Amino acid sequence: MTSRDTADRQLGFRASEEALPEVRNDMSHQLRATWVVTRRELLRFKQDKARMVTMLLQPLLFIFVMGTGLGSIVDTGGGTSFRTFLFPGVLATSVLFTAAFAGISLVWDREFGFLREMMVAPISRASIIWGKCLGGAVVATGQSLVLLALAGTVGIPYSPPLLLGLIGCLFLGALLLTALGVLLSTRIKTIQAAMPVSQLLIMPMMFLSGSLFPITNLPAWLAVLTRLNPLTYVVQPMRHLVLQHLSLTPAEQQRLVPVITWFGWEVPVGFQLFAVAVITLGLVTLAARIFRTTE
Amino acid sequence: MSAVSNTVRAPAIEASGLTKTYKTGDTAVEAVKGIDLRVEAGQTYGFLGPNGAGKSTTIEMLCTIRNPSGGVARVAGFDVVRQRDQVRRRIGLVFQQQTLDLQLTAEQNLRFHADLYGLSRAEGERRISEVLEMVALADRRSDVVSRFSGGMKRRLEIARGLVHAPQVLFLDEPTIGLDPQTRAAIWDYLHDLRRTTEITVFVTTHYMDEAEHCERIAIMDHGEIVVEDTPEALKSSVGTDRIALRTDDDELAIARIRERLGVEAGIHEDQVTLAVPDGAQVVPRLFTELGVGIRAVTVTRPSLDDVFLTYTGRTIRDSEGPQKSLPPFAGRR
Repeated sequence: MTSRDTADRQLGFRASEEALPEVRNDMSHQLRATWVVTRRELLRFKQDKARMVTMLLQPLLFIFVMGTGLGSIVDTGGGTSFRTFLFPGVLATSVLFTAAFAGISLVWDREFGFLREMMVAPISRASIIWGKCLGGAVVATGQSLVLLALAGTVGIPYSPPLLLGLIGCLFLGALLLTALGVLLSTRIKTIQAAMPVSQLLIMPMMFLSGSLFPITNLPAWLAVLTRLNPLTYVVQPMRHLVLQHLSLTPAEQQRLVPVITWFGWEVPVGFQLFAVAVITLGLVTLAARIFRTTE
Repeated sequence: MSAVSNTVRAPAIEASGLTKTYKTGDTAVEAVKGIDLRVEAGQTYGFLGPNGAGKSTTIEMLCTIRNPSGGVARVAGFDVVRQRDQVRRRIGLVFQQQTLDLQLTAEQNLRFHADLYGLSRAEGERRISEVLEMVALADRRSDVVSRFSGGMKRRLEIARGLVHAPQVLFLDEPTIGLDPQTRAAIWDYLHDLRRTTEITVFVTTHYMDEAEHCERIAIMDHGEIVVEDTPEALKSSVGTDRIALRTDDDELAIARIRERLGVEAGIHEDQVTLAVPDGAQVVPRLFTELGVGIRAVTVTRPSLDDVFLTYTGRTIRDSEGPQKSLPPFAGRR
């Protein structure tokens, strides 16, 4: 190596050491990156008309076809129709599908190469994961707003605090499900496996959340399963909110208003939502960690 | 050497002892065996080698996608391991496989990139218009990428790699799978780029004719750089013409060539191939002295193919596995 080479090297090294602090802990850049990834999810949704229509039609099927059908055999014990009871569950279910698929779409990103574009950018892996989760959650929540607009048709009043409360719960639930989907896609590498695995996740979560039936007075084994399902703690607070805004007879209160107990302790609604938030945070963190080590 | 020359720009890419070992079970495979590399700023540098030579692994280490198992590399003055993000901001990447979001428009793809690399709104807008202009896609900016042809997608990817005004542009087989016209167009863009900016271009290819576009080339084989120089210097280092023969009896022809001409011949791409200082004078002797039926003869001046042959012991097509043999006379270049 010549002396000139050595000099060049030293110069190069020195220049770079000076520039070192430039991007360390650049929080605002990482937040911006998260937003950029989020925005991509929104753009993709906007661009995909077929997906939009399908996702909007599906909940209508639930509320009007399934609600009406099941309502004819289920006795809610008074004036409140089964469709009213079912409504929060249907809201949660619609979010469940959209959000879980939004999360699992990371498998598609990987397959079609776009993940690589994100992976080589000067951003943290956590930004990618957070962006993906938030984007999916926003799309899923936004979509459920259409369904929420139909609240009046099943006898639920358009009260702003109620609607805001429901939207808040929906967003939290959507984030939970997207995070689960993303977590799965850090492990699933093929599109062929993604669909069945996500179905396997979605179906039990839907049935065991009490979205379609009251969870009070369930047989013990079923009661345990519903209490282990995080989605239960999204559906039940929503149902709580809705029923609060209706004038129920004491008998209906007894039967319909969900009370979740852990070993005899009646879990407050606020605590239920807090628990969901903690679980969601844990899932996103876990996904980001796996993502960092495996991709 | 005066003190002033010390202010010469640092090399764009610098690697020493760069190593990558993959572990599969109990066996460790050394994909890259401690290579040294130095690419000056502003150069167009070609990286040649057959599939599996370690080219992609090398480029991935330089682009901070893979961590080296040993050695150090600096790109644009920054360490590829310890200063990953600084390196990333200063390099543009175009991969072999496409990495566009096909559901988004050309502009949305570029905007996503500009935002990820931290460009301001105005700066991003300006750069997006510039790069789209450069690859002649300005009129397609609002079209969804899924409607683009393969060549257009590739051009868009090159444009995207340039949005954040990188100091070094890495292109991994940028023209693979494209028709000759589009390949030529892509090289035109790269030449334009070199004329108008100070960008360093690091390109891997296995099209030997494309390597001629580079100012320097390195040939990689079995995880090592076997030779590195300008294309001209490499060709003159080979210094011989190449004669390719189609004969009725290749074995006999090779034996006779050894016996009568004192030259060692081999079989490449189904032809008996030999290197001699002056091909035109040897051809008549082949016909008179071989006593083997000769169906076709080709004499070629040294090309990068011959450089490759000389340094790796095989042609680049040999090394990519068996290919369908060409009909007689079709193999002329």
